[in-house]
Amino acid sequence: MFVHEKNAVSDFIGDLTRKYGRQRSSLLPILQEIQHKYNYVSDFAQQEVARNLDIHPVEVYSVISFYAFLYDKPRGRNIVRFCKTIVCELAGARAVAEAVKRELGIGFGETTKDGKITLEYANCIGMCDKSPAMLVNERVYSGLDPEQACKIIREIK
Amino acid sequence: MNTAFEKQDRTGPVLFRTYEKGSGLKKALSMERNDILDELRESKLKGRGGAGFPTSTKWMIVAAASDSKKYVICNADEGEPGTFKDRVLLTEYPELVFEGMVIAGYTIGADEGIVYLRGEYFYMLSFLEKFLEDMRSNGLLGKNILGKDGFNFDISIRLGSGAYVCGEETALIESLEGYRGEPRNRPPFPVNTGFMGHPTIVNNVETLASVPHLIMNGGAWFCEMGTDKSTGSKLFSVSGDCDSPGVYELPWGTTIKELLKIVGAENAKAVQVGGASGICFGKKDFSRSLAYEDAATGGSIMIFNESRNMLHVLKSFMEFFVEESCGQCTPCRIGNVKLLEGVEMIERGEFTFEYIEKLKDLGRTMQVASKCGLGQTSPNPFISILENFKDEIFNPREVNEAV
Amino acid sequence: MTMKTELRSPVSQRPHIIPSVKDRKGIGAEVAIELNGEKLHVQMGKTILEVCRENNVHIPTLCYHEDLCIAGNCRMCVVEVEGMRTLQAACAFPITGPVKIKTFSNKVRKARKHILDLMLSEHYGECYSCVRNNNCELQSLAKEYGVDGYEFGHVCESRFEVDRSSYAVVRDMDKCILCRRCVRTCIDLQEVGVLEAIDRGYDARIGTFMDKPLADVICINCGQCINRCPTGALHANDPSDEIWKAIEDPSKHVVIQTAPSPRAAIGEEFGLPPGRSMTGQLNTAIRRIGFDRVFDTNFSADLTIMEEGTELLNRLRKAIVEKDESVSLPQFTSCSPGWVKFIEHFYPEHLSYLSTAKSPQQMFGAVIKTFYANEQGIDPKDIVTVAVMPCSAKKFECNRPEMNSSGYKDVDYGLTTRELAKMIREAGLVLPDLPKSNFDEPFGEASGAGLIFGATGGVMEAALRTVYELVTGRPVPFEGLNINPCRGMEGIKEASVKLENCTDQFSFLEGVELKFLVAHGTANAKTVMEMFNRGELAGYHFIEIMGCPGGCIGGGGQPIPTSEEIRKLRAKAIYEEEASLPVRKSHENPRIKYIYEKFLSDGPCGKLSHKLLHTHYVKRGKFIT
Repeated sequence: MFVHEKNAVSDFIGDLTRKYGRQRSSLLPILQEIQHKYNYVSDFAQQEVARNLDIHPVEVYSVISFYAFLYDKPRGRNIVRFCKTIVCELAGARAVAEAVKRELGIGFGETTKDGKITLEYANCIGMCDKSPAMLVNERVYSGLDPEQACKIIREIK
Repeated sequence: MNTAFEKQDRTGPVLFRTYEKGSGLKKALSMERNDILDELRESKLKGRGGAGFPTSTKWMIVAAASDSKKYVICNADEGEPGTFKDRVLLTEYPELVFEGMVIAGYTIGADEGIVYLRGEYFYMLSFLEKFLEDMRSNGLLGKNILGKDGFNFDISIRLGSGAYVCGEETALIESLEGYRGEPRNRPPFPVNTGFMGHPTIVNNVETLASVPHLIMNGGAWFCEMGTDKSTGSKLFSVSGDCDSPGVYELPWGTTIKELLKIVGAENAKAVQVGGASGICFGKKDFSRSLAYEDAATGGSIMIFNESRNMLHVLKSFMEFFVEESCGQCTPCRIGNVKLLEGVEMIERGEFTFEYIEKLKDLGRTMQVASKCGLGQTSPNPFISILENFKDEIFNPREVNEAV
Repeated sequence: MTMKTELRSPVSQRPHIIPSVKDRKGIGAEVAIELNGEKLHVQMGKTILEVCRENNVHIPTLCYHEDLCIAGNCRMCVVEVEGMRTLQAACAFPITGPVKIKTFSNKVRKARKHILDLMLSEHYGECYSCVRNNNCELQSLAKEYGVDGYEFGHVCESRFEVDRSSYAVVRDMDKCILCRRCVRTCIDLQEVGVLEAIDRGYDARIGTFMDKPLADVICINCGQCINRCPTGALHANDPSDEIWKAIEDPSKHVVIQTAPSPRAAIGEEFGLPPGRSMTGQLNTAIRRIGFDRVFDTNFSADLTIMEEGTELLNRLRKAIVEKDESVSLPQFTSCSPGWVKFIEHFYPEHLSYLSTAKSPQQMFGAVIKTFYANEQGIDPKDIVTVAVMPCSAKKFECNRPEMNSSGYKDVDYGLTTRELAKMIREAGLVLPDLPKSNFDEPFGEASGAGLIFGATGGVMEAALRTVYELVTGRPVPFEGLNINPCRGMEGIKEASVKLENCTDQFSFLEGVELKFLVAHGTANAKTVMEMFNRGELAGYHFIEIMGCPGGCIGGGGQPIPTSEEIRKLRAKAIYEEEASLPVRKSHENPRIKYIYEKFLSDGPCGKLSHKLLHTHYVKRGKFIT
């Protein structure tokens, strides 16, 4: 990481700390915003957060590793979370998943080479009445069939 | 295809009644706090998240606490597979949820409310924030609400980050405080030592949404519906093999059979009541009624028809628990893995009945020795599916296609 | 004095404290309960575990440790409380009503057995090849519950690589049962924050920041985690094989020094109760093992007092006489390598306040490889110096690259109490049965002042005895030279002594009230440093800080288990032994006088001692690369 990049990260975290406060309860909102902006929380960012909140870096790492939506390694700019829970599966999620995999040329848990899209499984995302469903970043898509899903993926590709 | 906001015409005895925005809150603020608690007690409203703790008791303990700071937390971390009623309430009836929170704040003497919204529902955030802003400008939130001198209350929304266990109330509080979402030892309960050490009520979205209607119509009216021990109505999130999946509001005491008829699933083979951590019923149990005293549920109803492989369903549930266990206590962290291994053994046909019995026994230990509700309920599908569908699983007449 | 009151741990892991009822006759002060059918009256707010222990009912525990806050996550201590659907963790359940408790019903025993079976199914490794064999809490519980097989299978291959990167602590996570005692030790008790639970569910493990090797993160090597680990997941880096090799090598002259704390605790390794000093027996054992010389670290502790005390007086002179405002006061002690690394990481801007004097271990090493080598006519390259220490951080300290002022590594190996006990057992010796013998000359005598270095406050007490007497010509004005304000297990202790009728040389100190502070455990050290940063320590002159709770007697190399009770007994043994010694002030030790006459002839803090006995520190900072 270059110095100016580091400075930008530090400034961003400094701003977040001012926004949310220096108490421990600010940790998750701060991490969520970092994740949102950088697609992951680098070890430098983790240490900056720790310094700002006066906690230990390992505590930040521990929290990040606990939550499925926080990452310590770079992820794609778009994250596709595909519901794998049984109800979606009953509705044909497997076929949709295969189609999405083919479309992107990557498997679940992987990121496209250009760093644009990460494909992941998620547990129930609360769209069981309109299954199969997936989340693309913060948007939810439901009632998918393979063709529709691939169309959505193509739009962000 | 962002379909979550499609407004549907819904009807129901309590939550899906017509409601004039602000009316419940207005009436509540004209009442004495004790009268609200009395109405609640009379209504026998119980927590809608699944555990069924009497709401009035929770509120009374916090109302009686002398702490100068108290919190109202709305548990919108709806993560139980097959549950989506909170999504419907938050997108279609947010006024009920938020007004319920304000009424709770008024009743217990809190000035701060927090909605813990699951990270998967991020798409609702801007809508809900806007809704809160409108409430503020209409004097339904903020300082001196509806002209009531000295009653200040505001609501903020905090997001989860993808952890099912944070739906457990103490884990939720840990998460709000900036820690790993690991459940605490209980006691102390949140009503005594909750968020930031202050008395806190943590209520499910549906519980809070019931409150404005309950205030409008009274506890006695509420008791007219449902059964003696389960009063009022319940939202059921129905999914799986049925003609019309969706959220239904039905009085407590409805039998599984009746529900199946309503949703068009009369050929169902199995019904998982209460989500992954619930119990799976076979045909012989379809006459049982959905109520706290019989087939208790937080509202998730998953329906499986004759073509489904129940062992595969069970495997999916156990995989879910292995992933979502917080890993803190031994029975849940390792126990769920052992149960999953057991399912895989059956799948491969490499098992002994003795070992399966041993695993069921382990499941019963997990039910009593785990630290929180997750580990205490995760063996439910293992035990119930292997019991209720043992013929199909251990003595297959024909080879079932997977799903 | 502002004391540390707020723990940093999650609220869940703090004990639930119910305010004690003052009027004991009042309603609720006591409550009648039933424990296994026996009717008892107990105080409200006590946990079931506390009540059981008071009534001699044994409850198995793993995640529970007296020094740490409650976790309630191993679930071994579950008991049945009548009327409750689930079993309750005895360690975390406060009694607030007339409960009926069963501690060994079928349900309870079955649950405990299941929990043990689950732990064992994931516990990789065999007992006979484990450092904690016969001193493992998991093993003893397996015996207690008659585990005779792996009910739920057993991991057949290692899941983790053993982390041997640290000079001090080895982490073997295959043996970890996730009780998280180490996490609570590292974050709450020591405030170092190296270890935390990482990931969740089945993947949950104890890890460091970004799973880096221990040597690359901010570990101070205090080893407190080792002392509290119930299994062999954490242990010290054992150099005994290399020491055995050196002993058998005829070309090597192997010299060992023993610190006071191991002597007060090593008996525990041989089944004796805590608090028996084994100094004489240990000397015999060491000779029988084959070491060429055995010396007393207390001698170099005396040397440390001379150097550190003189340094303090020099700083005071500069500040008062020369009005030099750049002088760093108060002066912090530097004997504890855990504390030294702590300040290097967390408060690198304040390193100038640290005494430059090396620790007694390192001073001794330097003296052996120069003065002793010369006197005995041995080439220092053939000398192997071993230090028996209560400490794991000493292993790191002796490997610091700057610790080579003699031209050779001052100390070659740091050996913990536990590892020396192992060597003694390997040699077939039964320590308590051995005859006593003395230390070897030319460092055969040490003062009691050096001995009490082992307990928290000891360095301060020893320094005051010398400094006060140097300045005033009279012994310290405390009865029997026992400076009681320095003693005891309170986290931070403070006291002062007024300097009056000073000798001519120190007339500038006339009327000065010498203020000092004593802290032990790095959590307390952090509190002190925060006070210092807020300017609350202005006017203080000398501050003793030990990295481990209780001082060296509670060090990370000491016998396992540890508790405040055990640490108190060890300290008592040291103070008792000290009271009976003829020489109790460092400057009166004839061997010290001798070495300043013969070798360090330009006196304490002179040119030669600066070269050999003082050191410098590294600004490490907190950033992990």
